[in-house]
Amino acid sequence: MEMTVAEALVQCLERENVEVVFGYPGGAILPVYDALYDSRKIKHVLVRHEQGAVHAADGFARVTGKVGVCIATSGPGATNLVTGIANAYMDSVPLVVITGQVPRQQIGTDSFQEVDITGITLPITKHNYLLKDPQRLPTAVKNAFHIASTGRPGPVLIDIPKDVAQAEILFKYPSAVRLRGYKPTYRGHPSKIAEIAKLIAKAKRPVIYAGGGIISSNASEELLELAEMISAPVTNTFMGLAGFPGNHPLFLGMLGMHGTRYANLAITECDLLIGLAARFDDRVVMNINHFAPNATVIHIDIDPAEIGKVVATHVPLVGDAKLVLKALLPLLERTDRSEWLARIQQLKSEYPLTYSRDCGLKPQFVIEQLWNCTKGDAIIATDVGQHQMWVAQFYPFTKPRTLVSSGGLGCMGFGLPASLGASMGAPGKKVILVTGDGSLQMNMQELGTMMEQGLAVKIIVLNNQSLGMVRQLQEFYCDGRYIAVNFSFHPDFEILAKAYGIKAYTFRTEEEVVKTLPDAIGSPGPSIINCIIPAAENVSPMVLTGSGIGDAIDCR
Amino acid sequence: MEKHTLSVLVENAPGVLTRVAGLFARRGFNIDSLAVGRTDRNDVSRMTIVVEGDRSIIEQVTKQLHKLIDVIKISNITEDEYVDRELVMIKVAAEPSQRVEIMHIAGIFRARVVDLGRKTITFECTGNEGKINAFEESLRPYGIKELVRTGKIALMRGSKSVTVGGQSGQQFEDES
Repeated sequence: MEMTVAEALVQCLERENVEVVFGYPGGAILPVYDALYDSRKIKHVLVRHEQGAVHAADGFARVTGKVGVCIATSGPGATNLVTGIANAYMDSVPLVVITGQVPRQQIGTDSFQEVDITGITLPITKHNYLLKDPQRLPTAVKNAFHIASTGRPGPVLIDIPKDVAQAEILFKYPSAVRLRGYKPTYRGHPSKIAEIAKLIAKAKRPVIYAGGGIISSNASEELLELAEMISAPVTNTFMGLAGFPGNHPLFLGMLGMHGTRYANLAITECDLLIGLAARFDDRVVMNINHFAPNATVIHIDIDPAEIGKVVATHVPLVGDAKLVLKALLPLLERTDRSEWLARIQQLKSEYPLTYSRDCGLKPQFVIEQLWNCTKGDAIIATDVGQHQMWVAQFYPFTKPRTLVSSGGLGCMGFGLPASLGASMGAPGKKVILVTGDGSLQMNMQELGTMMEQGLAVKIIVLNNQSLGMVRQLQEFYCDGRYIAVNFSFHPDFEILAKAYGIKAYTFRTEEEVVKTLPDAIGSPGPSIINCIIPAAENVSPMVLTGSGIGDAIDCR
Repeated sequence: MEKHTLSVLVENAPGVLTRVAGLFARRGFNIDSLAVGRTDRNDVSRMTIVVEGDRSIIEQVTKQLHKLIDVIKISNITEDEYVDRELVMIKVAAEPSQRVEIMHIAGIFRARVVDLGRKTITFECTGNEGKINAFEESLRPYGIKELVRTGKIALMRGSKSVTVGGQSGQQFEDES
């Protein structure tokens, strides 16, 4: 069928079952928007800033497991996406990002709203295309969706010059992908799997250290089965949270810099570390010489480049977490490790996660009350900072894809737009954003998008009137010489909410939270729940730079 | 630090060199030399990359390169039997009185004269890295005016080869 590239693009998106795209129009992308006008299948969500579009697509992808799609114009439209693309790349989120580009003959001439976005995003995309040949559009889109969603997922960008978008082509959507340079390994090598089974049988003190790949490969059930079968405690990375039930007796909570002391000590004491779909990130490993010093290390990951990158691995295994576990489970025998589990229990009771309720409304208390309201039946989005760590510590996620947060990039401003995308992706599901006053102010403009789309996100602001995480860093690393962390102007979030027609609450005491939070969360429509918390509250425990994870300090 | 020779087959597509070079820069790997040109197939180029680093660095380089969609195949041929060549062009200062002497040196290295100026001679010489280095050192006392090296290219000896598979010259339809 004869049609323009822009029309073909819309056709391709429909063939890929794209229901919603997040975007912001502009000159170079005009033909694509003109083609979208005629689509009955694709809903376009107009954001207020391109960064909002890419984070929203990201949030959508995280809760649905589908590919998130966003669109922006050339130049500033494209550069505004960059942070969000980097964020998706770091957290392995499948995205297809479409940008407009200046017409082909103007490329390289510094023309109006021209930027080399394929060049800029080279290090932060799994792959990208500058579409110079109109005929290549269908293949490029087909490949983009395939690359984004398979293997280790990630963002793929397609940059379309305006004149290419307007060119006529004979449209035929390829039925199969043929990429000779891209063949992810899904099935683990049987001999390695057998070796792993032997090591597990021999181990006295195994620990499973599971990351975000558990979520993306939908391996939560298999992980639970593994843990129960071999009686091994499980710790999650931040990205892995919700991949294992947070209220399970074998759960150790999160490990690493702000992890539980018992998770970190279990790692230090274990004789077998089963690294599963995790990447031994620096915030997890901290001082590498003190990480799992007594353990044989098994590392299972779909990305071969992650294996051996940070720690020396005794048994490397490339494969998809779910498929590997499915192959491994039949080789295992139910094992009783009561001695080790008793030791774990001892660590848990010796070093519990606590906080002091000495003054004012404590953020940890708010999170605990939030759990009481939801019992896990909600999607929790967060921003980045102390509030994010408090959620990780005090909210025991039980179902996969119920946490939407920026892990690897640590991108403040992610929360609000991501929660909107999550809400679009999970209609009927309660979506709650836990944020800070700093993070919320980074992409606050998306409140307009939320209202326009009729989305009912509950926004809990843990408001310490400062940049708490950086303040905490300055307390420990700069001798309390606080600079650029205390806001001297604070917006009135109630009046702000009113400007958008959002219901607002302000809580200053535990009593107010206990009494009113269930209503604020339960009532229909969006709300901003402003919780005034002490500015001096720290995230504790904390492993200082240079220390091993077993040597966390208490910094309450 | 050991040197490793990687023979890398890549899509003959725009931006591939940038992707590879960018990856090396970004991840802090050192390229000793990189030579690239297309193979017998129009759609495939071969990069011969010489990298410095210990075994773990080379392993990371290889794995990271594999992640590039446009990279089809990577072989570390360092420990295999292979032939390698490099081409150098050297413009050397050559007063008429010194020419005979210089030509004699060039003869030893089987270098060919490709240009002759009033006060200079330009040679081309091929060989492995050691030979090229020796030739360069031999001419240095006369004054090297300009020098350009292609970087090493290499192929495995005998019937062993690094190919994409399929018949030589056959085009791959639907390429990325």
